[in-house]
Amino acid sequence: MTDFKVNRRGLMKGAAAVGVGLSAPQFFVSGANAYTNEPTGGSVTLGFNVPQTRAYADEGADELRAYELAVEHLNGGGDGGMLNTFSSKALTGNGVLGKKVEYVTGDTQTLSDAARASAKRMIEKDGAVMITGGSSSGVAIAVQGLCQDAGVIFMAGLTHSNDTTGKDKRANGFRHFFNTEMTGAALAPVLKNAFGEDRRVYHLTSDYTWGWSQEGSIQKYTEPFGWETAAAVRTPVGAGDFSQYITPVLNSGADVLVLNHYGKDMVNSLPQAVQFGLRDKQVNGKNFEIVVPLFSRLMAQGAGDAIKGIFGSTNWNWSLQDEGSKAFVKSFGQKYGIPPSQAAHTCYCQTILYADAAERAGTFRPSELGKALEDFSFDGLGNGPTDYRGSDHQCFKDVLVVKGKEEPASQHDLLEVVEVTPRAQVEYPADLLGGELGPYNDGA
Amino acid sequence: MDVFLPQILNGLDKGAAYALIALGLTLIFGTLGVVNFAHGALFMLGAFCAVTMKALLGLEKVTLDPTQTTAWGTPLEIRVPYIETWLGDFGLLLLEYSVPVSLILAIPVMLIIGVTMERGLIRHFYHRTHAEQILVTFGLAIVLQEIVKSFFGANPIPQPAPDIVSGSADIGMLLGLDPGTIVYPMWRMVYLTFSGVVIASVFAFLQFTTFGMVVRAGMADRETVGLLGIDIDKKFTIVFGLAAVVAGIAGVMYTPILSPDYHMGMDFLVLSFVVVVVGGMGSLGGAVAAGFLLGILQSFASMNEVKTILPGIDQIIIYLVAIIILLVRPRGLMGRKGVMES
Amino acid sequence: MISILKKRSDIILLLVFAAVVASGPVLFQPIGAGYPDLLQKFAIFGIFAIGFNILFGLTGYLSFGHAAFLGVGSYTAVWTFKLLSMNPIPALILAVIAGGLFSLLIGWVSMRRSGIYFSILTLAFAQMSYNLAYSVLTPITNGETGLQLAQSDPRVLDVAFGRDYGAVLPTPDLFGINLSGYPGYYFCGALLIVCFYISIRIFRSPFGMMLRAVKSNQNRMNYTGLNTRPYALAAFVISGMFAGLAGGLLAVTDPLAGAERMQWTASGEIVLMTILGGSGTLLGPVIGAGVIKYFENIFSAFNENILLNMFSFFPEPLQHAAAWVAGLFVGEGWHLTLGALFMIIVIFLPGGLMEGAHKIINLFRRKTDSDGPQKSADSAPAPAE
Repeated sequence: MTDFKVNRRGLMKGAAAVGVGLSAPQFFVSGANAYTNEPTGGSVTLGFNVPQTRAYADEGADELRAYELAVEHLNGGGDGGMLNTFSSKALTGNGVLGKKVEYVTGDTQTLSDAARASAKRMIEKDGAVMITGGSSSGVAIAVQGLCQDAGVIFMAGLTHSNDTTGKDKRANGFRHFFNTEMTGAALAPVLKNAFGEDRRVYHLTSDYTWGWSQEGSIQKYTEPFGWETAAAVRTPVGAGDFSQYITPVLNSGADVLVLNHYGKDMVNSLPQAVQFGLRDKQVNGKNFEIVVPLFSRLMAQGAGDAIKGIFGSTNWNWSLQDEGSKAFVKSFGQKYGIPPSQAAHTCYCQTILYADAAERAGTFRPSELGKALEDFSFDGLGNGPTDYRGSDHQCFKDVLVVKGKEEPASQHDLLEVVEVTPRAQVEYPADLLGGELGPYNDGA
Repeated sequence: MDVFLPQILNGLDKGAAYALIALGLTLIFGTLGVVNFAHGALFMLGAFCAVTMKALLGLEKVTLDPTQTTAWGTPLEIRVPYIETWLGDFGLLLLEYSVPVSLILAIPVMLIIGVTMERGLIRHFYHRTHAEQILVTFGLAIVLQEIVKSFFGANPIPQPAPDIVSGSADIGMLLGLDPGTIVYPMWRMVYLTFSGVVIASVFAFLQFTTFGMVVRAGMADRETVGLLGIDIDKKFTIVFGLAAVVAGIAGVMYTPILSPDYHMGMDFLVLSFVVVVVGGMGSLGGAVAAGFLLGILQSFASMNEVKTILPGIDQIIIYLVAIIILLVRPRGLMGRKGVMES
Repeated sequence: MISILKKRSDIILLLVFAAVVASGPVLFQPIGAGYPDLLQKFAIFGIFAIGFNILFGLTGYLSFGHAAFLGVGSYTAVWTFKLLSMNPIPALILAVIAGGLFSLLIGWVSMRRSGIYFSILTLAFAQMSYNLAYSVLTPITNGETGLQLAQSDPRVLDVAFGRDYGAVLPTPDLFGINLSGYPGYYFCGALLIVCFYISIRIFRSPFGMMLRAVKSNQNRMNYTGLNTRPYALAAFVISGMFAGLAGGLLAVTDPLAGAERMQWTASGEIVLMTILGGSGTLLGPVIGAGVIKYFENIFSAFNENILLNMFSFFPEPLQHAAAWVAGLFVGEGWHLTLGALFMIIVIFLPGGLMEGAHKIINLFRRKTDSDGPQKSADSAPAPAE
């Protein structure tokens, strides 16, 4: 019995201590805010959450460059970049709503948990009123869900999966980047013209949600005009050596290989497929062809010469000659000495679009700011006339079909634009991809 | 036949990569009793020897051409490799052969790195627990990785094979099959041959030289050998250097197959540990055999015919086989009793 | 005095520990860690590390697959939220049970081998779990995206008790207290204290002695006719349950469960936390967990801007130089600092951070303290073979 007493006393002391502690946090929770992290001083803080370690670190670094440039332009520094070509003139280079734009950064590590931890730090500690960035759909969806719960706006970075604005869409989340559905719709007619209607296709697909969704959309848009699927094989993410998946392609009777791989997987699988002589092959009396549905120019450097002549799609490329793109490439190039990637472009646009919406709504409150973005039509940000659809928070704009350049002028000049697929052709009904936006969450 | 033979080649190829890393790893285990989590990093460093060599050979003279401008308005830079201006066509040839040429760089560099690592760090951990060895070598691996990342970035850097072996060859024709039945990339054949030579040399070295004999004796019973008045420590330094060289040149030759990036060592680390353990701790033959076995099984498990019956089997086959082997044969394929069991 | 907590020092230790946990938000504020999410991570990974330490620190069995139990705990908790109730209690109970059962299964097989063979077996099981969860098992795990709550989930118990969340996506709450933010931290913190208490109990019990005996010489134990495997297996299952609890708590404070939680790097992380802090010590693993999570969240957040501000007292060129040098170690270079830290700690403090602490304490106390040597006996590394 005595034992128990000592023990119980210890526990009670502990409980008392916890009790004291429980009353402490009242100091930290200020209930006065109308919405999460309402900026009260002379500045507003944005959270840039990008991969800084692991496979997508370089892409993340490029995103960060774009963000820093955007902040500079918002605060009136530099040459103003795309603010000058942007159709909305609400932003004047005087910060946003008169507040100086400041930012915090964090490392997503391209891991959902790490990305959420980093975003939470920005929200809870640094007072960020908006989170943006990322280089994969898993992370985008994870952080989007978090921002919905916390009551801040999430402006997605590079994320191409349908789910981000489909099955897993959230009211507080917005995406400027395109998705696999649009890639399929844009790529299919170009492939038909280039390779003909009678083709047998072999899919090698990264074994996760983005890969499946990409494979599905290519099939969906090529099968109606007669392409057949010879086989669709799932490959583990990060396999490195894909030889065991490539050899069966050789004698499968297929004459097109679609590599539903992104980033590092694509950098490995494409050159390996070329080494296996696929591109020199004749099957069914036709030249064997390889397609990479989603190109990342930045990562494609790692594939070397293998990308020459390969078709794919991209959200934006720095070789575009419209005023917006030219202005962006100019200010980015002058600041960093390299041209921006599509990841950098989408991140820059998202920041500008957010700031502009805040300016037009007159507040950073997610519900009102979001309303200002819904069905907002704009131009001058490099993709032609664009529409932020209200029913799923997805941007609709022209999609670029590109091809690996045969004679690149520099290490950055890897892609040539084959066709600009008009927006009307890639549009789909909002309810096609399922999911529920739900109501906005303003948080605290 | 036309289905299986290419997969066997794939398996051998993969196995060769596993075996070369595992060989060094098990040498270090067997002789020094050290769990070296930095071994993957050594493989990565080897690969970056090739990157460095290509960068050195490809050093460019930059001239500004004021008549042309970039998209952001600065004068266009015209880049010509120095080596082309100095040596002309031979220079370009050297550049093209940069991967095999970099072996000349990799061997001394890896030897120095290996010996420095052993003298400077690993030596002090012979009598520490395995957990501490893991912590220190893992820390070292991260540091090495980050240093490489700060120089070369995180993206993979392509290292093309020389033109003459960059395409594929019709292996099937050599075996009397119809043309086009078995087409295989030539560089992979080169890599396979190269690995065979390296593995054979390591075995010959340990088998037929006095030095090798002492090392083998040391692997069997370190204390007794030490009592015989042989300076086993010095020998072990060389063994570590040797293991580093084997990992390094494996990394060099693998670059045309897998564009190197700073993280590639970690990707191979876990697999090579599995290979070593499945082969049996301290057994060189076991490591090589397990490397090839797991490589071939992985290739077969990836075949569509197999995957339709067992979806996802290609993702777990290595681990599944490892578990089965360790349960059936307690010390792996050829392990000895009492090594690394406590 | 025969008490359950045998020594007064243990009681003091527990009280101080509880006081630190309770004052966490204030205590960690100056170093920039006093915000809910990081504090929650400290507590959760503290629990994970305490559990891992019961296996590794006491028995010496080095498991490289503990992340699998963390992941299973998370998946179980999220599924409980989806199917039964948003109340964390059923979720946590089921997470602990799932972690225990899964570890019983894996432990039962893996414990047939020892040393590195055991490590590789656990690694293999965990990697298989991860690879399958990422791809083939997507209907259960939602693959890469991670398992999330949906507004349309059934939540049978909540419905039975008449709770309706309306059109909003529900968050876990303990009878009305929302468990994100500080309440979530105190919830985790309370469980951390309980776990710490359990850990002290195990360390001081005959069972703990038996586990230590397994570590020092299993063969000798076996010769005495005693079958040690049930003891080691029990330790394995206990640590699996701790991992399941930690995984469940991750889901409670943030209802999303991703496959990456089961990857070998996550298993490696918990090993590093334990060794870094000092394996076999009571406090060490918790401290190790805190240090690694702190680096991950705070060091990675420095960017050029912040650094330039930090060094703004330097003249311009020096300011940029200083920011560049510092930039190698923070921001995108935070891994470098972590790697270097691992090396420095293990080279100079073989017993982990705890040994460092003892060295400093002993420096002040010299030999007058009778407690000191005994404690450092805990932290002394076991002789290799």
